[in-house]
Order: sequence, then structure tokens, then C-alpha cells
Amino acid sequence: MKENVAVSVKGVGMRFNLSQERVDNLKEYLIKFVKRDLKYNEFWALKDINFEIKKGERLGVLGLNGSGKSTLLKLVSGVLKPSAGKITTRGVIAPLLELGAGFNSEYTGRENIYLYGAVLGFSKEFLDEKFDEIADFSGLGEFIEVPIKNYSSGMKARLGFSIATIVEPDILILDEVLSVGDKKFRSKSEKKIMSMFDKGVTVLFVSHSLEQVQRLCDKAIILDSGRLAAQGPVEKVARIYKNMTE
Amino acid sequence: MNIKKYIKNFVNYKYLLYELVKKNIKLKYRRSYLGILWTLIEPLLTMIVLTLVFGKLFGRSDRTFPIYVLCGRLLFSFFCSSTKSGLKAVSGNAAMIKKVYVPKYIYVVAAIVSNFVTFLISLIVLVGVGVVLKVRPTVYVIEAIVPILILLIMSIGVGLILSTMNVFFRDIEYIWSVGTMLIMYTSAIFYPVDRVIGTGNAWVFELNPVYMCIANFRNAVLYGLPMNVLYSAKSLGIALVLLIIGVVMFYKNQDKFILHV
Repeated sequence: MKENVAVSVKGVGMRFNLSQERVDNLKEYLIKFVKRDLKYNEFWALKDINFEIKKGERLGVLGLNGSGKSTLLKLVSGVLKPSAGKITTRGVIAPLLELGAGFNSEYTGRENIYLYGAVLGFSKEFLDEKFDEIADFSGLGEFIEVPIKNYSSGMKARLGFSIATIVEPDILILDEVLSVGDKKFRSKSEKKIMSMFDKGVTVLFVSHSLEQVQRLCDKAIILDSGRLAAQGPVEKVARIYKNMTE
Repeated sequence: MNIKKYIKNFVNYKYLLYELVKKNIKLKYRRSYLGILWTLIEPLLTMIVLTLVFGKLFGRSDRTFPIYVLCGRLLFSFFCSSTKSGLKAVSGNAAMIKKVYVPKYIYVVAAIVSNFVTFLISLIVLVGVGVVLKVRPTVYVIEAIVPILILLIMSIGVGLILSTMNVFFRDIEYIWSVGTMLIMYTSAIFYPVDRVIGTGNAWVFELNPVYMCIANFRNAVLYGLPMNVLYSAKSLGIALVLLIIGVVMFYKNQDKFILHV
């Protein structure tokens, strides 16, 4: 991999088994095995995907629902392993996906900062140092000592955003995340993301809103039923996408 | 397998392991009035019940019988509860596994280590009952570490095997609860060993590594005898084999977990 490449995706494919009925217990499995009834419907959510993101580039991923956008994000963030091909990333990745998914509802906000921070791979010393900053940015005030189960969904998202963005990432993965919380928090979070942009972070941004992608990204790709339909500078790709969707 | 890379990865996530263990222990006793004291009260109460039933009703009123029962019960329940929570560690954390990348074995190890910590705390009961019943410890008490560590290795191995299987077949949970029952009855927890040996069925014990650990633990803390080296070697061998099977099984299947949980 070349020095100036942050994310490289080479010949990547992702295969899912879409069995008509899920076989998740032994009895069914044995019966079906004996009856030779074990069917696997292979389905390639992504196939032959090739692209590179250079350091500091902001790549938008366009595509309709079910075109494989989220699967691609999960592959790049390492949650899924590709069935074919290879993905290499360089630097610290901050995936801003489904914020707060790792929270424990019995735990208080304070405890969740440490738990979720640990899930994201932060150390205790780092979290001790950044605790006030996180709590401050989330704007939760004294609610930080209250179990998360009493939070509103907006409060949870605010806390999740505050924890996930505490690092200075090299690669930022965004899934239409700029719509967190209320209006006040949204402008605050947008400002934070913009400041990361200014520092030259590499961005992978997924959206089906062409307008957002044009505003934020300098390059783009289009996914169509799991295949790479187009890639290049954002204006060129945007024109193709417009023709596709109209 | 690149061993160095895995060790480095583990070091990176050791704080997560600590946080998960803390969470498991904290949440287990949250909102209970006596809290962590239950790790002491519960084995004490079962000891009393088992002593009453098997000591008084079945007519065995040896002075140290409560300790005999307690040793067996503490070690067995550590094995039983740690493997049971290890079994659910992957399928129970599905929400996390689907969203954030974390080495997945951390969940299994955390489940077992949290049970190990509560087990270590519950050993205080053993000390207390030992003092009350005036059992004099000998130097061999130190050897109690050996069966405990063997049991820990075995639990991690079994936990990895069960958690992998449980992702694909949810009925493993029910099968394993029958399995632990079988182990319980063949581990001489609440009946004296000589009764079984007298009937010519001693071979059960020779096949049961959990019993071997319990026997060596009793030698160390109750009888003040040196450990049965053959038992230690055998149970350690079985534990290591289970650990290797568990690691290989888990490693080979972990990328498929997310498609099934």
C-alpha cells in the first residue's frame, strides 16, 4: 500500500446466506440434513469493489436503499470481514455509526463513558483525562449520574457522539450522522466535524442525499445492487447519479 | 496465526476486559440490598442445606462434613456458572458485535473472569467456616492454587467451545444444562467418595476432570495432604486439550458469528 493512501479496497465482495428459514437449532438442522433439505441462497451484497481513498480525501458513497452502502461501511470499519478481496486501512478509525449502540442501559452516563470508550479501544488514562470534555460536550449536566435507561434517544445519541469524536481520528466514517439531537446540538456537532475536516481527516461518508454529498465530499462512488457503478470527482459522479435516479 | 500480533491486540484491549468484568460483577448485584455479600451468603446457605440433608438425614455427622460439601460446591459452581455465562457471551452481546469491532473472544474471557473473581471472593466463606470448625491448615494449603488454575483454564476452553456452538445452534444451552447436571452428580460434591468406590464404580471419577480438581482442592485445604499428582496432570492435560480445541474452533468460526447472531 502506498504511503499516501488511507483506505484501499481491492476486489472486495461480501456474500450472505439468505436461507428461506433460519436454521438455528440442532434438531431442525439434523432433520433437514437427513432430508437433504439444507438450502443456502447465496447473495452477494457487494461484488468486485475496487477503490482507494488518499489521505485527506473525502469520499461520498451514493446509492439507493439496499445497494450495499452500509455493508461497505461495516467492512471498512472492521465489523464485517469480506468474503473476497482485501481491505487495508491506515490510522485510527472513528466510526460514527449507530451512536450509542454499545451502551448498557443499567449503567449511568458516567459508567457508560468508560465502558463505551473501552469498546472503542481507548485506555483508562485517556478517558480519565478526557472525561470532563466528553461530559461537557454532551451537555447532559447532572444527568451524567443517571442510568441510561432513563435517557431520551436524543440524549443517548448526544453522549454517543461525544465519546466517539473525542479522538482525533485519521479516518472518519459517517453514516448521515449530522442529524444528532436537537438543533443546538446539531450545529455543535457539525462544527466539530467541520473542524476535523479542516485538520485534513480522511472521510468516508454514506448518504442517499446527493446534496449532502456534494456539500461535504470531493470524490464520490456510486453503488448499484452491490456493484461499483461509477467513481471519480464528485461533480462528475453527481451528474451520473442524477441521471440514474431520475 | 501471527502470535505477536494477537498479543499486541490483547494488550490494546485489556482495559476493555477490565471494564467488562467490572460491568458483569456490578450489574449482577445492582439493586440488591445485600449486594456483593450474596457471593458469601449464597454458598453458606447451600452448604447448610446440603449438610442438613446429606449429613443429618442420610446420617453422616462428621465434624468437617460442611467443609467437605463447601469445597465441592464452590469449585463446581464456579465451573458451572462460568461456562454457562461463557456460552451466552457471544450470542448475548450480538448488539455490540454487529456494530463495533472488538476481538470477540474478549466477551467470553470477560464472562469467565467475572465468575472467577466472585469465586475468589466466595473463598472467604471457606476460611470462615474453617475457623469455626477448627480445621488446622497445613503447608499444603498453597497447593490449592493448582486445581483452581486448572479449573480456570478448563472453563475458558469449555466457554470458547460452547459460545461458538451456541451461535449456530441455540439448543446448546439446554444440552449443556443437562451436561452440568451430569458433572455435578459425578463430582462427589455432597456424598463421600468411598461410598461410590465401594460399589466398584470408581471409574466415573477417573473420567471427570472437575472431580479431580475438587479432590485436590480438598486435599489441600481440608485434609492437609499433598496433592494427587496423577489427578493434577490428568486434569491439566484435559484442560489444555479443551483450551486448544476452543481456541481453534472459535478462531475458525468467529468471522461467521455476525451473520448468525
